[in-house]
Formats: sequence, structure tokens, C-alpha cells
Amino acid sequence: MIDIVVTAALWIIVVALALGVANRSRPLLRESAKEGILEFLRLVPRMAIGVLGSGFIAAALPQDFVVAWLGSSSGILGIALAGIAGAMTPGGPVVGFAIAAAALKGGAGAPQVIAYSTAWALYAFPRLLTYELPIMPAKVVWLRVVASLPLPFIAAWLAMLIGKP
Amino acid sequence: MQSETPPLPPRRKRRAFDWPTAILIAIVVSAAAYVYWRDGAARFVDVIWSDADLFIWMMPNVLAGCLIAALVTILLPRETVSRWVGRDAGFKGILIAAGAGIIVPGGPFTIYPIAAAFIGMGADAAAVVTLITSWTTIGLSRSLVWELPFLGFDFVLWRWIAALPLAILAGLIVRAIEQYWRVKAKP
Repeated sequence: MIDIVVTAALWIIVVALALGVANRSRPLLRESAKEGILEFLRLVPRMAIGVLGSGFIAAALPQDFVVAWLGSSSGILGIALAGIAGAMTPGGPVVGFAIAAAALKGGAGAPQVIAYSTAWALYAFPRLLTYELPIMPAKVVWLRVVASLPLPFIAAWLAMLIGKP
Repeated sequence: MQSETPPLPPRRKRRAFDWPTAILIAIVVSAAAYVYWRDGAARFVDVIWSDADLFIWMMPNVLAGCLIAALVTILLPRETVSRWVGRDAGFKGILIAAGAGIIVPGGPFTIYPIAAAFIGMGADAAAVVTLITSWTTIGLSRSLVWELPFLGFDFVLWRWIAALPLAILAGLIVRAIEQYWRVKAKP
């Protein structure tokens, strides 16, 4: 259901932007639509590989294992493990949050869960493989990956500073 | 509004084969081989079918993302982009990018084509990294639609506040790395 809403919203944005461009010049609209479609066709085979890859990584990693890691670990090492687990966690927008919720219920430390969901948000290898590497210049991807390394730790530390509600 | 047609931004040239794709294929093959070895052929085929399903659902969104990126490139003047988030925009550019990441709707199928288009229009790498980091860690659409139902308001707010400075930090780190490279590149 939410999928259909998102898709509909996206296409409404497309139509609105297209009207904006058409208002300026018709040939320009045709040119830019062609540009967009060409980019799309270029991405399709890469994305097919990425989707296939993320599916198999998801199948290769047992989810209970991830929850157990988050649940049993503590301290800096626990946060580091949680960060690695988060980066490895595959799946769409739901899986990471679902595992984080399960881990919280299962008695995991809140900073670990913060580190986990932050690392998952930053890295989530499937998203990296399916979207980022095919679309973005490689240099920017690697800059982002390196710059993101300390962030899960900082988030966990800040979360501890603020104190759990 | 000007009446004449402004020139289109040049399309980035790409080789048919490049090393990110090679890494991707290597990862896919090893993960697939592992699943086949551990779970057998039935599970293997199962994964491929569910992937095919996901892939088909993704396509309209990805096409929309590419069209949005192409159209935004036309509508947003190049000078505006480089003034707001270009190399000379400094810390202000990073702040603008962080704010934009919070409100940009949609999924990875919109953010990456738009980010790539911005790079083509002269946006700074630091600003683009800030945009993506902000979108993934504190993006509102993601938090409201996906995170809230799972983790509850208190936890989400707590995580959100803790994550607030991350995007800006990422941008500053990228800028520092680039600075280091530039200094090193000079004799």
C-alpha cells in the first residue's frame, strides 16, 4: 500500500516538473525526458546485479544471529560489533528498524541499538550496491564511506550523553 | 524566464565495464554460491524469484527518480546550485545540504539520481555527502514512514537528536580529506 503511495507521489512530482519545463520550452522537455530515460536504461542492468546481490546477502545472513550480537554485547566492543552488524544488514527500509526493535525488546543496550541503526542507515550494503555505486561517481562514494566511519560511534556516544528518555 | 533554450549539461561518459561493477559481480557470485552450498537449489531459486519481484516493483520508482533528476537539472540554474552548494559555498553549503536531506522525500531511487545530477552541476563533494548522510540518518520521510511504527516516538526522537550533527560532521570530514589531498598533490 505504502509502495503505491510513494510511486504515485513520485510521478506527481515528475508531472509537476515536466509542466514546469514544458512551460519554458517544449523541445527542452523532450530532450530532458530523453536524458532521464537514457540514464534509466543505463542503470537497469547494474541495478539488476545489485538487487540479486542484496537478495543473496540477505539470505546468507541469519537475522537471529544479528539480534543475538546486539543483545549480548556491551561497551565499546558491543557498539563496534553493532556498527558492523548494522552495515551488513540487508533489506529495504524496514529490516534494519525491525531488527533494532526486536533487539531492544530482547534486552539489547540502547547505545548499541543506536549504533546499529545508524550504521545500517549509513552503509546498508544492499543500498550501496543497488543504488549508490551504479549511480554516483566512485570517488564520492568512497569519500562518503570513509567520512561515515566514526559516525555510528559518535551517535551512540551522543545518545548516552543526552540520556535515554 | 529566458525564451531561448539553454544548453543541456554534458552527459558523463561511462565505460561499459568499470571496477565498481566488477566488485558488485564478485560479491553477488560469492553470496549466491554460499547460499546454494548451504541451502540447496530450491532456496537459491526462491531468492532469485523474490529478487525479480522486487526488481519489477522498483522500476517505476527508479524511472521517476531519473526523470526528476533530469528535469530538476533543467529547472535549477547551474549558478544557483554552485552558489548554494558549490566549493565556495563553505560551511553554509554544508548546512543547506543537511537541511535539504531532512526534507527530500522518496527513497534511494530519488536521492541518488538527484545527488549525481547535482555533482554534474558543480556541487561540492562535501555538500553531496552531507545531503546523502542527512537523508539516510535524519530524513523525515524515512523516520515517519518506517522507523516510528517500529521503535516508537520517544526512541525515534532520542535517536534523531543524537544523529542531528552527523551529516554536518560527514561533510566536514570530506572537506578535510579533500584539503589533505590537495596539499599533498602540490609539490
